[in-house]
Amino acid sequence: MFEGYSLAELGSIFAMQGFAGLILFSVFVLMALGLAIIFGQMGVINMAHGEFMILGAYVTYLCSNFISSTAPALFPAYFFIAMILAFVASGALGMLVEWGMIRFLYRRPLDTLLATWGLSLILQQVFRSVFGAREVGVVLPDWLMGSVAVTDTIEVPINGLFVMALTMGITAVIYAVMFRSRWGQGVRAVMQNRTMAGAVGINTEKVDRYTFGLGCGIAGVAGSAFTMVGSTGPTSGQLYIVDTFLVVVFGGAQSLVGTIASAFTISQAQSTMEFFLSGSTAKVLTLLTVVVILMLRPQGLFVLKVRR
Amino acid sequence: MSSDKFDAGKPVGGLPSPLRRKLLLGMAALPAVGLLPRGALAQALPTDAVNTTKLAVTDSTVKVGILHSTTGTMAISETGSVQAEKLAIAQINEMGGVLGRKIEVIQEDGASDWPTFAEKARKLLVEDKVAAVFGCWTSASRKAVLPVFEQYNGMLYYPTFYEGLEQSKNVIYTGQEATQQILAGLDWVTKEKGAKSFFLIGSDYIWPRTSNKIARKHIEMKGQKVVGEEYFPLGHTQFNSVINKIKLTKPDVIYASVVGGSNVAFYKQMKAAGIDLNKQVLMTISVTEDEMLGIGGENIAGAYACMKYFQSLQNPNNEKFVAAFKAMWGANSVIGDVTQAGYLGPWLWKLTVEKAKSFDIDKIAVASEGIEFSGAPEGYVRVHGNHHLWSKTRVGRARPDGQFDVVYETADLIEPNPFPKGYQ
Repeated sequence: MFEGYSLAELGSIFAMQGFAGLILFSVFVLMALGLAIIFGQMGVINMAHGEFMILGAYVTYLCSNFISSTAPALFPAYFFIAMILAFVASGALGMLVEWGMIRFLYRRPLDTLLATWGLSLILQQVFRSVFGAREVGVVLPDWLMGSVAVTDTIEVPINGLFVMALTMGITAVIYAVMFRSRWGQGVRAVMQNRTMAGAVGINTEKVDRYTFGLGCGIAGVAGSAFTMVGSTGPTSGQLYIVDTFLVVVFGGAQSLVGTIASAFTISQAQSTMEFFLSGSTAKVLTLLTVVVILMLRPQGLFVLKVRR
Repeated sequence: MSSDKFDAGKPVGGLPSPLRRKLLLGMAALPAVGLLPRGALAQALPTDAVNTTKLAVTDSTVKVGILHSTTGTMAISETGSVQAEKLAIAQINEMGGVLGRKIEVIQEDGASDWPTFAEKARKLLVEDKVAAVFGCWTSASRKAVLPVFEQYNGMLYYPTFYEGLEQSKNVIYTGQEATQQILAGLDWVTKEKGAKSFFLIGSDYIWPRTSNKIARKHIEMKGQKVVGEEYFPLGHTQFNSVINKIKLTKPDVIYASVVGGSNVAFYKQMKAAGIDLNKQVLMTISVTEDEMLGIGGENIAGAYACMKYFQSLQNPNNEKFVAAFKAMWGANSVIGDVTQAGYLGPWLWKLTVEKAKSFDIDKIAVASEGIEFSGAPEGYVRVHGNHHLWSKTRVGRARPDGQFDVVYETADLIEPNPFPKGYQ
């Protein structure tokens, strides 16, 4: 497929392809981070993760409509407001769900799967009733559209760069919160041994509620960011859920570093194969590779060593 | 079916007034259909004579079914068809119904699940004994209900453009089969844009694959080149790699049949990657006004879509149809190709019943050939012996406001050919 191209042309295509891989990596990390916290740290299989993302997307949609009709001058910056609101909305709903449903199921991890799946169906129908069955179009500020020309032939999408920056920012914040704060220490203590953590005076219920809320809130931010690259409809969350679980499980459920490593591996494999093979084949090969590796190493790429 | 005017008569009492106003507006939009005085037909044609197979027909009413997904992922697409079918039925009832009988609708939800479609189809045919069903959207749902319609001898009016390779006594296909949608569009883009190379991209299931197979044959028969052919799983959301591949192969035309949520991702990411659709020719067979809502007009403006109907079509039938649709379903409604095809179903059925002077499925299956509907929003259509419609192919150019400018239409109606020789 490369006959008749100059070296410079090929070089720029590969450079853009490298960026495509990095953007896919950022998207994967962003969508998996929330789940990695909820599934990895709390052991809750949250099938409604995609719907929390779409809640964030709908908040962005409402926000763009509201701001363009009331304060058009703010429109270029609305996306930041929308992301904060998306975090608050999804996080609040997450805490409500934890209080109303999840906290009764901590001892029955498989039941959380069914319960949250039911929740995802309910949320989908709520979106459908409130916003209509059709997808909504989220209007982006102009500065987020288009691409940056690095050289004459290399063009990089701005929204891709934005997602990359956002992912790095959020990852840094999560790292600080989980590994450098007292609260994060509490979360990790509860995860490792709930009874002991309670015995030393950690309010485990409160930790659970905020952890679940944090995971859902990050899902909301991810959903808000994905309005730039994807669709916003009642069932759009389903588009992300498989990839999200794939990344988290492959990385080793309890390790945030594993999640990032696995997102990197899967995204690079997929985007390279998509370029050289065709779309469906690339997906099949990616999934096959993941299956084989998980057969050899069922605990995932990275695993925390914990005495059980 | 010769007269271009009709007398709508007085509205029937008993309807709440806002609805009646809507229906009246709808009536103003009624296409041309001749009509006997209300009730006269029912007396002239006793139920025993017009219904020999125990369908749900009485002296004053006839039951039909609407079977679409109003929940689940396909609700996005199928909502428009339901609305169009209900509009057509309301208009027909305002005119006195079919053979003097009011149409009563039984609506079932296929829930985007193909076995559910089959089960609901069985319910409509066996328990409700409906005289006709307007429904289905995806090919998968149609394939699921087809054996049911053939076993219990029902009649299905199917609105979606689809891949062809099917024909049944029990189905009238009011959308285009693949050759009707593809060939004329390819010829146009070759002639107008001097296209020599094509990049085919689609979602990975039967309709895009069959359509691209036909497109590839046609392209290669003309000595042009296909420089890439790619398929992505339904729901795929990352297109950056294939966009790079498109940049590398520099096709004259990108030929797209990506569907669903993937569609939105595809166009947004192309725009973000700096592909300007005003310079790069893109032709799609999967984006109608409905899909534009989700994609956002600004992300797809400049692309060409190959359809048989656009909401912006300028003819008296369409202007009335659009006004009636908006009066019934709200001023912000948009009408896509399939929605219009859905609207044809009840009208074609009414005309066929009146021609056959019977509700019997067997008689309708035979009488369908040659049925003409000059009141169609897309313009005059006729039913072919193979139960598909003769219709024009049109090319529209997407505008930022979510509508299309019609830039081309075929001079003649294109013959439906669900089993195209040389293309398989």
